[in-house]
Amino acid sequence: MSEPQVSDPTPVLALADVSKSFGAVQALRGVRLSLFAGEIHALAGENGAGKSTLVKTFAGVHRPDDGQVLLNGEPVVFHSPADAQHAGVAVIYQEPTLFPDLTVAENIFMGRQPRGAFGRLDRGAMNAAAEELFARLGVVLDPAGPARGLSIADQQVVEIAKAISRDAKILIMDEPTAALTGREVERLFAVARTLASHGCALLFISHRLEEIFSLCQRVTILRDGAWIATESVSDLTEDDLVQRMVGRELTELYPKVAVDPGEVALEVSRLTREGVFTDVSFNVRRGEIVALAGLVGAGRSEVARAIFGVDRWDAGSVAVEGKPLRAGSPTTAMAAGVALVPEDRRQQGLVMELSIERNMAVTGMKRLRRGPIIRGSAERALASDWATRLQLKYSRLSDAVGVLSGGNQQKVVLGKWLSTDPKVLIIDEPTRGIDVGTKAEVHRLLSNLAAEGLAVLMISSDLPEVLGMADRILVMHEGRLTAEIARADATEEKVMAAATGRGEAAA
Amino acid sequence: MNGTSAKDTSANGADANGKSGDGNGKGGNGASASGTRVNGTRMNGTLERLGRIRELGIVGATVLLFVVTGLANSGFLSIDSFRDILLNASIIGLLAIGQAMVIITRNVDLSVSSTTGLSAFLAGVLLADHKGLPVIVVALACIAMGAAWGLLNGALVAYFRIPALVATLGTLYVIRGVDYWFAGGRQVNAADMPSGFLSLGTAKIVGVPVLPLITLAVLAAVGWGLANLRSGRELYAIGSNPDAAILAGVPVTRRLLTVFVLNGAIAGLAGVLWAARFGTLDATVATGKELDVVAAAVVGGVAISGGVGSAWGAALGALLLTSISSALAVLKVDSLAQYAINGALLLAAIVLDRLLALRLAARLRKKSRERSVETTPLAAEATR
Repeated sequence: MSEPQVSDPTPVLALADVSKSFGAVQALRGVRLSLFAGEIHALAGENGAGKSTLVKTFAGVHRPDDGQVLLNGEPVVFHSPADAQHAGVAVIYQEPTLFPDLTVAENIFMGRQPRGAFGRLDRGAMNAAAEELFARLGVVLDPAGPARGLSIADQQVVEIAKAISRDAKILIMDEPTAALTGREVERLFAVARTLASHGCALLFISHRLEEIFSLCQRVTILRDGAWIATESVSDLTEDDLVQRMVGRELTELYPKVAVDPGEVALEVSRLTREGVFTDVSFNVRRGEIVALAGLVGAGRSEVARAIFGVDRWDAGSVAVEGKPLRAGSPTTAMAAGVALVPEDRRQQGLVMELSIERNMAVTGMKRLRRGPIIRGSAERALASDWATRLQLKYSRLSDAVGVLSGGNQQKVVLGKWLSTDPKVLIIDEPTRGIDVGTKAEVHRLLSNLAAEGLAVLMISSDLPEVLGMADRILVMHEGRLTAEIARADATEEKVMAAATGRGEAAA
Repeated sequence: MNGTSAKDTSANGADANGKSGDGNGKGGNGASASGTRVNGTRMNGTLERLGRIRELGIVGATVLLFVVTGLANSGFLSIDSFRDILLNASIIGLLAIGQAMVIITRNVDLSVSSTTGLSAFLAGVLLADHKGLPVIVVALACIAMGAAWGLLNGALVAYFRIPALVATLGTLYVIRGVDYWFAGGRQVNAADMPSGFLSLGTAKIVGVPVLPLITLAVLAAVGWGLANLRSGRELYAIGSNPDAAILAGVPVTRRLLTVFVLNGAIAGLAGVLWAARFGTLDATVATGKELDVVAAAVVGGVAISGGVGSAWGAALGALLLTSISSALAVLKVDSLAQYAINGALLLAAIVLDRLLALRLAARLRKKSRERSVETTPLAAEATR
């Protein structure tokens, strides 16, 4: 609305040459960023550029290894999120952080609930205040209902209401629009502009460049954890921004080899799990990389879990090379040649405390044993073989997997599954949280595997990755397949339209 | 609101040429549904909230137990019988109330039985060896001793991040060991203690024994605090999502410390009551009771995974378990079989709880899905 007021020379909150590393991974390298009252500042960068680490540094979750956080020009140390909150910093995280067992209103006012006599909580006042916040946001939500079971959009609304209710001086929004409807996004922007006009400093993170251009005054760009530029949005075009974010040609990042697909390896027909996904049918051929795109929460990972047998399906069928799989049996799926590389490496893919060789060998217990004994030598041979083939960077195979970087951890998960000689590889978010260099390596690996005849089903929320790597793109929205797009016809707009339910029905 | 929603959806329908008819149809449904939704949500909300009062189930089960046993033996429904059950339930009930606070934070305190035992013996020794000591001083000393052990538990869990199960299993043995060392084989008998103290175990106020009244007073305080104080609600927050609690600025360490100290103090108080009620005290008092206490809390609807339950439920759970023991005795069931029956009941309670939770989750999931279908589709954003 109004022109940014950046006349006040002292930033409300700033980072001065901040560095932070986690084990071997350097997440931030000498990053500087200043937030001024009344300004909406954008933070742009690819996945793994260090945006979330930066947010958590402001929020008091991480403390910088080097450099300083400045509050009104004075160095401060936030020892905890509570410290940052007291300083007036409110953060809306990418992943909602709600208490499922408490009511919606309690989630908003936790620790700040209105009180009556004897410190008794005034539930009436609390619910009324929540209603008022929802009215300001223009949504209908029951403040006294439980937070459990809220959709991602509703959870995000609760998070926003929480931040607004804190009356924060600095509001940091880590991809708040990811799961909101167009109308809700507009409403959020209106609220953001109002807050800015009242002297609030805002930091806004989004992958949607048009949002950055319509909402923000300045933008700071990060790449591989390093500060690249801070510029006025009006001086930039979208192409300039992308150029600075990526810093290299896209073709380098997505080395896809063209392959003639063979016979059908995975056939999924009319697969349904009540309330999760409905009537999902598709196939993946040998040599093909098929991407499953869509918004977070569209049911993509759930389909993958059902195919692999982690969850049961209620109707439909899955066949690998013509042989039907049993519902709810990962053992059968593995025996039939299905491998699943899950989204969450740390929780589901690896045992972080165990060594590289143990992690790699865990899928091959049957082949590696002599009688009931697992042979250490066989384990080591298998691990070193795959470590070489995957160009794993490690010092010793007996090191714990936890010390490797994200990209190398992902290679260990891949090695663990590839050693089972799978026919179908399902890989969920293959490069989330992996630095750009290793990302290209993982992509090259996937491309080569497909070229060798593996059928790859790749779930990804990273749109450039989907467009760059997939032979065909399937798009899911609200538990249904809404589109199938061939590589040649695929554009960001088409995928987005289908992912948001505005696209054409599956061809 | 109807107007905007319809307009919005038809706008979407217009730019999605292939599916415009469908889009409009959906918009129409959405608009008409959202008109009635506010009322619908309210009504469902009330029903749901009623359904979520887990304590009702336990009350029902207890009533059923009394009716069935009463039919077999009307003596079970006498005033004396009720009084006995109340007396028997009051110490386990007291401990279950404290335990409920701990379990709500997704922790557990197994050491309470040892604390109770040591406290009972301490009370006995103080009263037997220092005849002049006022009972209240003895009680306060025992409570303070319990609180000190609670502080140790809390420190192990909150500062040193040792899982509560392991930490309190350790202190269970440590405290029992201290008890044996302190007792040195000695036994304090009722005759050694002033009768004024022992009468606590039998005294009545307008026909109601004092022991259950003390439990009830603690219950009222803890129950009220858990439901109505910020710090009380923060315990639920910690148990419901520990990471989010830290992000929300809840002083997690301090709250956990407080909870263990309070629970220890309650165990100390329970020891005093034990001494007054049973009179014969040695180093083995209350051995193994920690499992009864946890069972009572869980049967009473306190979820072992934290974030759910109430002090009232835990106390009712203790009452139900005690009533079952009494009923089985009245029905002349072999006392050895009672263990199996109590265990089966515990399993039944947990299974039922799990089923209810799954059904509730499925219903909420469905409701949320319907909501998001009737509002507009999600915004463009697939990259992240």
